[in-house]
Amino acid sequence: MAGIELLSDQGYRVDGRKPNELRKIQARMGVFSQADGSAYIEQGNTKALAVVYGPHEIRGSRSKSQHDRAIINCQYSMATFSTGERKRRPHGDRKSSEMTLHLKQTFEAAILTQLYPRSQIDIYVQILQADGGNYSACVNAATLAVVDAGIPLRDYVCACSAGFVEDTPLVDLSHLEESAGGTQLSLAVLPKAEHLALIEMDSRLHQDHLESMMDAATQACKDLYAVLDRVVRDHLQEVTTSIGE
Amino acid sequence: MAADLRLPAPRKRSTDLPKEQGKHLVAPGDVITTDSGFMRGHGTYMDDEKLVASVAGVVERVNKLICVRPLKTRFNGEVGDVVVGRITEVQQKRWKVETNSRLDSVLLLSSVNLPGGELRRRSSEDELAMREYLQEGDLISAEVQSVFADGALSLHTRSLKYGKLGQGVLVQVSPSLIKRRKTHFHNLTCGASIILGNNGYVWIYPTPTEQNEEAGGFVTNTEPVPLSDREVISRLRNCILALSMHKMLLYDTSILYSYESAFHHQIKDILKPEIMEEIIEETRRRILEQEG
Repeated sequence: MAGIELLSDQGYRVDGRKPNELRKIQARMGVFSQADGSAYIEQGNTKALAVVYGPHEIRGSRSKSQHDRAIINCQYSMATFSTGERKRRPHGDRKSSEMTLHLKQTFEAAILTQLYPRSQIDIYVQILQADGGNYSACVNAATLAVVDAGIPLRDYVCACSAGFVEDTPLVDLSHLEESAGGTQLSLAVLPKAEHLALIEMDSRLHQDHLESMMDAATQACKDLYAVLDRVVRDHLQEVTTSIGE
Repeated sequence: MAADLRLPAPRKRSTDLPKEQGKHLVAPGDVITTDSGFMRGHGTYMDDEKLVASVAGVVERVNKLICVRPLKTRFNGEVGDVVVGRITEVQQKRWKVETNSRLDSVLLLSSVNLPGGELRRRSSEDELAMREYLQEGDLISAEVQSVFADGALSLHTRSLKYGKLGQGVLVQVSPSLIKRRKTHFHNLTCGASIILGNNGYVWIYPTPTEQNEEAGGFVTNTEPVPLSDREVISRLRNCILALSMHKMLLYDTSILYSYESAFHHQIKDILKPEIMEEIIEETRRRILEQEG
């Protein structure tokens, strides 16, 4: 690989992190009052906003209605100002449609949809600033928003990306590391049971390395889980205190 | 024109309040108990012999039943709840009503009071004239009559206190902030009336002078509301928004106390964060005092 050195001889990455270190995470729940649930997350310089509406009556074509479970409707969009070069359309292009589909699959695995027959749950996520790991930031923000909306989940869904450089798996890739062109793995897991909600890998990787990369990504998801759990519990504590009763 | 600007400030945590220690708080995926002698309630699921929480909230135990009540959800209706809702669709013999519930509620033609008294037969003409009574976009107050198997609600308006809503202001808050009381209709002493729907929809309207028995609650008064009443209504609205922003329960006393604490402020100022905090502080103190 030409160009910049992604992992120094001392074992540090370009931004000074260790291979298994996450970027700084800051998150907040309940950022909008109008929506049923909402959340905002910052993972390093990647910033995402998620909003959840529902469960509610199916709007539009009623043919989509499922008699035994709720349908999940996702939309992924990137703000026009989120990337280095201004984007022309925030959503609806091929990359966004694919991401929308991934998000839908991820949350269908986690939400207990059978409790809400004939209804619909909307999840809208927007990337406000893209610096790598867009999918994982979206999943993490959406998880917090779904929890905020009081929608029953099997478990949190935590997502993280991983790369592979010089026989070392790197977790939570930044934009610089993503664009270097190596292998990238996106993983969404239900951390308690270690169930995989989604796994996606682009470009090739030797079979022998897959396991170490998966392990690193799973561990990173668990680390993320600890952070998200802290956010949820703080929010819970704060709100129950003010309601009092 | 004067504009009000403020710089971003760190959110104030309500740390000055005593921490809630006795409550069992859980997050999704938390194991509540591994004992198999318990029954699974709302907000939980069984995962090989373990009872696991599926929502973030407070654990409630009633004998052997374990439920988790989330902080914020859609409205879960129960028979007898008072709701305020908006008509979304007129169908054969029924109206569809949006009540912040997980499915639209139904209001059957047979469960409304039509003009002309209790015992009136419902003819096919009535079915054709349904849109004259209630059409899309109208707001109504009603009571939950029954709950269907899929969780949808069936409403009725068979009392003179229910029916179409005329002039007033709707405030939408989270259903969990409405305190369950014997009555949800209040004629407040400050000069306006209020319907606290269990579904989190609050309707504030000028106190009606007399009830018209004949109309069956479908004719609304369109006389202009005097400025003094409108001021009371807007002040109440801002007070309710303030209470809901600080996650305080809504019932007649809390609303009246906040109204009185806000009385010496201008109506538009109530929504300014620092003034809102002052009002809420005062209200909280008075409620505590009253409870003793």
